[in-house]
Amino acid sequence: MLANPMFWQQEMETMERPALEALQLKRLRQTVRRLGRVPFYRGKFLEAGIKPEQIKTAADVRRLPFTTAADLRENYPEGLLAVPRQEVLRLHTSSGTTGKPKALFFSRRDVDRAADLIARAFCMTGVTRRDVFQNMMSYGLFTGGLVMHYGAEKIGCMVIPAGPGTSERQLLLMQDFGTTVVHITPSYAFYFADFLEKKGIDARRDLALRKAFVGAEPYTEETKRKIEAALGIDVYNSYGLTEMNGPGVAFECGEKCGLHLWEDNFVLEIINPATGEPMGEGEPGELVLTSINREAMPLLRYRTRDLTCVIPGACACGRTHRRIHRITGRSDDMLIVRGVNIFPQQIERVLMSMPQIGRNYLIQLEGLDEMTVKVELSPTGFDGEVGHLTQLQNEVAEKLRAELWVRPKVELVASGSLPVTEGKAKRVVDKRSL
Amino acid sequence: MSTVKLVAVFAENRPGQAARVTGILARANINIRSVTVASSGNFGVMKLLVNHPDLALHALKREGFAATLTEVIAVETADKPGALHAVAQCLAAHDINLCNTSGFVANDRAILVIEVEDPAQACRILKKEGLHILTQKETLTI
Repeated sequence: MLANPMFWQQEMETMERPALEALQLKRLRQTVRRLGRVPFYRGKFLEAGIKPEQIKTAADVRRLPFTTAADLRENYPEGLLAVPRQEVLRLHTSSGTTGKPKALFFSRRDVDRAADLIARAFCMTGVTRRDVFQNMMSYGLFTGGLVMHYGAEKIGCMVIPAGPGTSERQLLLMQDFGTTVVHITPSYAFYFADFLEKKGIDARRDLALRKAFVGAEPYTEETKRKIEAALGIDVYNSYGLTEMNGPGVAFECGEKCGLHLWEDNFVLEIINPATGEPMGEGEPGELVLTSINREAMPLLRYRTRDLTCVIPGACACGRTHRRIHRITGRSDDMLIVRGVNIFPQQIERVLMSMPQIGRNYLIQLEGLDEMTVKVELSPTGFDGEVGHLTQLQNEVAEKLRAELWVRPKVELVASGSLPVTEGKAKRVVDKRSL
Repeated sequence: MSTVKLVAVFAENRPGQAARVTGILARANINIRSVTVASSGNFGVMKLLVNHPDLALHALKREGFAATLTEVIAVETADKPGALHAVAQCLAAHDINLCNTSGFVANDRAILVIEVEDPAQACRILKKEGLHILTQKETLTI
């Protein structure tokens, strides 16, 4: 029988839940035993009064201690390494913006397992060896480059390790080699769409582009639709974090209804970020992940700070691994303005629903809790009337007030005037003197 | 009907923005006959009467500016007291609202640039009144 090209590891991807959960428990127990040799976790186990052999059921995961980003920084560089140094094949670090980076080690097996998860994603979105994959993420310490690259090579499609580079060069590669799939951040996708528009290039007509794997920054459904419309492609949401291999932790299948999180590799929990207690089924909360199929540096109950929920029910694609909703925010992205909790994604959702408003925005907090949202005027949203622009500005402010319960000041700025990075976009500038 | 096209461009209200617009037009070899700026808080709209509106629009858009063409009427009036009043009075009599209006005097000719909701209708009325409505070409040779 020929293997189904929509699956990379069909048996694993479609494993019946009881078998999958048994496998999870087996791997969790192996991981806990392995971590009993790591001084950091040995200390944590002692503190919590548990012994590795006491982990007997899936629910016992909740008896284990959390691991936080701060733990990774404090134990930088090698404090969480769980294998002898000579077993380490590769180092990645997180793109942490403040303080020490977080280091993550890969053994040879870890590199291979991470690549398999990427290969699953490629297959389930219909990528084949006939495709040309241009990886527009930064290579180097950032996982978005190499981890994705190794997965793509497993599929056997042609890989162009373009890296972020200039848009001119990206375009040239796409034209010369017929790129069909790209891996890109949402902010760069917008920037690139604008770039093509200015060059008078219609991606539908002039390029072979069909799909984009978009990740590394949370983004909204509206953003996704705008990218799809601007480039005439299918966008698949990719979720990952350096601490859990990088990209490929969870990925959208062809149904585009949530991201399958590979439960043979990760134990997933959704908790209340304030109390650490589990949320009810389908309720939104912070995603907590335990890596159960890693050797060099597995982490227990890692607090991702990403907010999501589990989508109930089975997926039409046949995969049994549960789906998470697209990330709706990061618990540490939350802004408190005049006593109200605000997530940048709420603002993004409002802006992306307004066609007169461009693709980039900046939230500025200044003085005593003053919030200004700078939005770009879409070139097509201008009719020459200053009065209509004032109206538009008020309309944006009013829609934001309805969503946030705080009325921000809205400033309409020229298209392309807000900073765009080719990596992760910085959406919030906090200069408050509180 | 002989309406005139103005190039309208969105610009942020901060130093250097007008210079960017005029720089682009200069490089495109566009001659500016008149300019107005309507500002509102942190942004404004520049409106320019130029010799090649379509070229100017293209040049500005290529540089990423939000720009468009707006149709206006250029009416020649006498350079004497009461001349503007005569135009305003005539439009008022027909219940036509004046939106943005500006004017300039060149070579002893007074030109009034007016924006109204329905330029075609206003044109007919003003012509009937015996006023001279300039074509785009004429605005360049004043």
